[in-house]
Amino acid sequence: MKRAVFRNRWLPYLLVLPQVVVTLVFFFWPAFGSLRLSLYRSSPFGDRLIFAGLDNFTRLLGSADYLQSVVNSFVFAFAVTFGGLAVSLGLAVLANQKIRGLALYRTALLWPYGIAPAVAGIIWLFVFHPAYGVLPFVLSLVTSVRFNWLLEGWVAMLLIVTAAVWKQLGYNIAFFLAGLQAIPGSVLEAAQVDGADPVRRFWRVVFPLLSPVTFFLFVLNVVFAFFETFGLVHAVTQGGPGRATEILVYKAYNDGFVNQQLGTSAAQSVILMVVVTGLTMLQFRYAEKRVTY
Amino acid sequence: MIVEGGYTALPQVPVDVGAKVARPARRRRGGSRWWVHAGLIAAIALIAFPLYYAFAISTQSLAEVTSVPPRLTPSWHLWANYVAAWHKARLGRLLLNSLVMATGIAVGKIAISILSAFAIVYFDFRGKQVVFWMIFVTLMLPVPVRIMSTYEVISTLGWIDTYWGLTVPLIASATATFLFRQFFQTVPDSLAEAAQLDGAGPLRFLWSFLLPLSWTNVAALFVILFIYGWNEYLWPLMITNSEEMRTVVIGIEKLVPRGGGEIPEWNVIMAVAMMALLPPVAVILFMQRWFVKGLIETEK
Repeated sequence: MKRAVFRNRWLPYLLVLPQVVVTLVFFFWPAFGSLRLSLYRSSPFGDRLIFAGLDNFTRLLGSADYLQSVVNSFVFAFAVTFGGLAVSLGLAVLANQKIRGLALYRTALLWPYGIAPAVAGIIWLFVFHPAYGVLPFVLSLVTSVRFNWLLEGWVAMLLIVTAAVWKQLGYNIAFFLAGLQAIPGSVLEAAQVDGADPVRRFWRVVFPLLSPVTFFLFVLNVVFAFFETFGLVHAVTQGGPGRATEILVYKAYNDGFVNQQLGTSAAQSVILMVVVTGLTMLQFRYAEKRVTY
Repeated sequence: MIVEGGYTALPQVPVDVGAKVARPARRRRGGSRWWVHAGLIAAIALIAFPLYYAFAISTQSLAEVTSVPPRLTPSWHLWANYVAAWHKARLGRLLLNSLVMATGIAVGKIAISILSAFAIVYFDFRGKQVVFWMIFVTLMLPVPVRIMSTYEVISTLGWIDTYWGLTVPLIASATATFLFRQFFQTVPDSLAEAAQLDGAGPLRFLWSFLLPLSWTNVAALFVILFIYGWNEYLWPLMITNSEEMRTVVIGIEKLVPRGGGEIPEWNVIMAVAMMALLPPVAVILFMQRWFVKGLIETEK
C-alpha cells in the first residue's frame, strides 16, 4: 500500500465531493427509493401509496407472468452465455494460430462490440423478417417449419439470442485472445513433445489455463444478458409474441413505466438488486482467490 | 449495462494484446495453415453478413426491399434513403444529442474518477473507507435496478429532457476510479516527494506530473466510455420525452411500426441504423489500440 504523501484538512474531501454527490443523489437515493416503494402499493385511483408490507413480493412470486419472465431471463442468459462463449473461444483459438495478418483478422472480429444491442436487434430483425428476410426465405426452401418470430415464441427468442451473441462476440474474443496469448509457448511445446495431439493439448492444457478468463467472461455475459439487453428487447420484440421474450428487466420497466404499478415494479427492482449483488460478489470472491492463491 | 459495464477485479490478462507477442518461432509444416485462414475468413464473412445485408437494404428502393426472393446486392437509392432518414428521424439533432451524451458521460466519469482516486491514494482522511465502499457499491446498482425511483429523482430535479439529465446521473464510476487508483499506486512515491521539494502543491502535482503520466489510461477509458454512452438505451428512453432530446439509438425504435397499418420503410430504418452504428464502430476501428487496452483494463 502506498503511503499518503500530501497533508491537507479539506482538500481530499473537496476532491471526492463530485463523485460522492453523484453517488448519493443518483445511486443511493433511488436505491433506497426502490426499497421503500417496494413495500407500498398504489391506491385504486393511483393518487397515493398504501403500505403493503411484503405483499408485492409474495404476489410477484405467486404470479405466473413473473415466473415466466424469470424463466425467459434464464433461458436467454444461458443461451447467450454458452452460445457466445463457445463460438468466441473457437474463433479466438483459430485467430491465435501463428499466421500472417493476425492484426487484420482481430480487427475484423472486434467491431461488433461497437454496435448497440438495440441496433444489433434491428439489423437481425430484418434478417429474420417473416416476409422479406433472407433467413426465413432460405429456410422455407429446405423445411416447412413456421419460422415467423411474430408468431412463434421460440423464433423470437432465437432472434434476440442471436443478436446478443453477435454483439458480444468482439468482447469475448478480445478476452479469450488475451488469455491465449498469455499462455507460455513452452507449456504447449512441452505438451507437444509429450506427444499430445492438438485436441488433447487444447482440453488438457490450454482450456484449464484459460479457466480464469472463461469464468470471468461467464459472469460478465450473464450480467450482460440480464441487465444490458433491455434495448434489444424493447426495440425488437417488446416482450412478445405473448410473453415469450419478456425478460426481467423489460418487465420491471413495463410494469412501472407503462402500467404504472410502482410498487410491483420497485419490488422487481429490489429482486434484481439482489441478483446483481450476488453476481458482483461471485466475481470479486473469485478474483481475490486468484490474486492470493 | 452494469454501470459502465464495470467489474474491476479481472483475471490477470496481459494488457497489451495489441502488441505482437514475442515468442520463439515454432517449427511447423509449411503450408498447413491454409485451413486456419479459410476458417477465419469464413467466420468473418458470416459475422459481417448481417451488417452487409443491412447496408444493402439501406441502398434499395422499397420495392426492392420487399421483393421475393430477397435481393442481397446494393442498389442505387443510397442517397435518397439517407436523405429521407435524415429528415424523417431528424437525424442531425439525434446524432448531436448522442454525441453530447457520449462525450459528456466519458469526460465526466474520467474527471471525477481521477479526482477521487487522487484523494484516495495521496491523502489520509477520515471516512476514506466509507467513500471507497460507496463508490464500490454503485457496481451493484445499474440503471435497470433503480428504474422508477431514479426517474422520480430526475423529475424532482427538473432534469427531464435536459442534457444534464442525460449525462450527470451516469457519471459516477467505480470502474474508472479503481483503474486510476490502481495506476496511481504504481507511480513511485519519490515522484510526489520530488514535486513537493520543488514546492509543488497537491493540485499542481496532479496537473503537471500525474495527469501527463495517465494519458494512455485516459485515452483508453475514453474510447470505452464513449461507446458505452453512445449505446445507452434505457436511460435516454426514461429521461427524454420530447423528440428534440432523443438519442439516435432510441430514434430507431420509433421508426419501427408496431401493429401494422403503416408500410414499414425498412430501407430508411436501416439507413438510420447505419448512421447510429457508424460512430462507435469507427471509434473502435480507428482507435483500436486504445480500445483493446481500455477493454481489457476496465473490462468494458
